Amino acid sequence: MLEIRWHGRGGQGAVTSVELLALSAIEEGKYAQGFPSFGPERRGAPVTAFNRVDDKQIKIRSGIYHPDVVVVLDQSLVGLVDVAEGLKPTGTLLINTTKTLAELNKNIRFKGRIATCDATGIAWKELGVPITNTTMLGALVKLTGAVKLEALDGPIKERFGRIAQKNQAAAKRAYEEVRIISGDR
Amino acid sequence: MGKRIGMEIALAAAEVAALCRPDVIAAYPITPNTHIPEHLSDIVAEGRLDAEYICVESEHSAISACCGASGTGARTFTATSSQGLLFMQEVLPIVSSLRLPVIMVIGNRAVSGPINIWNDHSDIMYQRDTGWVSLFAANGQETVDMVIQAFKIGEHRDVMLPVNINIDGFQLTHVVEPIIMPDQEEVDRFLPPYKPFAQLHPDKPMTMGALGLPEIFNEAMRAKDEAILQSKKVVLDVWKEWEKQFGRKYEPIESYKTEGAETLLLTMGSMGETAEIAIDELRKQGVKAGLLKIKLWRPFPFEELRKAVKGAKVLAVMDRAVSFGGPGGPVFAEIRSALYDEPKKPKTLNFIIGLGGRDVMVEDFIKMAKKTALTKKLKPEDAYEIYGVRE
Repeated sequence: MLEIRWHGRGGQGAVTSVELLALSAIEEGKYAQGFPSFGPERRGAPVTAFNRVDDKQIKIRSGIYHPDVVVVLDQSLVGLVDVAEGLKPTGTLLINTTKTLAELNKNIRFKGRIATCDATGIAWKELGVPITNTTMLGALVKLTGAVKLEALDGPIKERFGRIAQKNQAAAKRAYEEVRIISGDR
Repeated sequence: MGKRIGMEIALAAAEVAALCRPDVIAAYPITPNTHIPEHLSDIVAEGRLDAEYICVESEHSAISACCGASGTGARTFTATSSQGLLFMQEVLPIVSSLRLPVIMVIGNRAVSGPINIWNDHSDIMYQRDTGWVSLFAANGQETVDMVIQAFKIGEHRDVMLPVNINIDGFQLTHVVEPIIMPDQEEVDRFLPPYKPFAQLHPDKPMTMGALGLPEIFNEAMRAKDEAILQSKKVVLDVWKEWEKQFGRKYEPIESYKTEGAETLLLTMGSMGETAEIAIDELRKQGVKAGLLKIKLWRPFPFEELRKAVKGAKVLAVMDRAVSFGGPGGPVFAEIRSALYDEPKKPKTLNFIIGLGGRDVMVEDFIKMAKKTALTKKLKPEDAYEIYGVRE
């Protein structure tokens, strides 16, 4: 089972990300859960959201404390919250940033696999707004194989309607451009 | 044919409520059930459902509107949580006494104070004795299935009672997961149009809700008690019929790996599936443990419980509400009482867990089961503990 924790700020679409990933996995015939951190959320405040994806039925309903993957939608959260908290040593930390490993290491104590993607840059170009949730889905899918890239198309289309194509393009670019900068490649 | 889809459970509850073709929906959104009335109001506004959606200013009005609408013979639906359910309380026993099959989904949540929006079962436990049939869902599929079943149970001529479907707030309401969503034709086949026993109508005036003098009140209460006791047969019949049409089996008390089990855990609601993982682990470790999951809370399934605990040495009941100054959690008190006269019965103890959204993990269930297995003798006043208190 793959367990994922998303970090974002209220309004950046972390909850939409977990919904889209769960829907994509379920459409592929897999089992999945997508859920927000339970409770009130404020625009701009740090928020988390969670996914579980598996080939068999998922029974567990308690929280995720030792994720396999952490996705950070907003680089300003790095150092502000401990984004690698509980992340498995064999896991992956995926950050939306243009920073180098040396720069990131000032604020991150994670020694495992770290990947980065300039999702904000991609989102500006493809969507015209700095909303990175669908973009980062593309990067996540490349790193984990949680679902096929094409599996995102249906749920993105249903969710975004006439701006779906732009979101699909952003996800595809992130899929191609995400780079592993540390750890096992 | 039904379709396997991914959907947030609260939205699925709204979608399936719409498939049941209610005539009147009156609800006031409150966390964590909010998405249910919101989504139903969308469905009505989009013209997908021909129903009257009454925007009310409070839960008291929501249930009052449902009560009145049901009195006219309308199929009615509402949803609420926590304080909202408590605000409804004064009307809840009236709905059941009038024998009106209002259907309600409760997104279970703690009751203030301190203020808390997260999940436990305090809200429904305060309403335990209001005379509603009460079902507990453990996942999204059961939520969807039970909403349809509830209409059929409540509207049955031998029942004519309101039904609530309890789904854990957040742990269920806010989770996107796979659900087999039946289509309209399947729901119509299972659930015929509502034929009310009596109807308020200007052309044929009648009284509903008359004064009950002391000469008649005992009899009225006895009649209501008999009605809900008798409803169990209909619940079982509806579940059999459900299994036949949809292939998914429902029982008042579901057993998991109870064969040869000496230690039994008992849960109600969404924690049952997490507890199953603990049972798998315990069995691997050689602990003879099993799990019981209550799905029918009212009418209480006495017979099924006595059968389910046969052969067990010790039974730990997991409650998610406190009866302050009482004999333990409400589920525990009930179960102890149900077993009191049995010549052979397991020792019983009580863990009160997961209050106000406190997470309960697989490891916690393993710890509780191991403690349960070692239990030798308990004084009644030591029989329960609020588990996981930070001291």
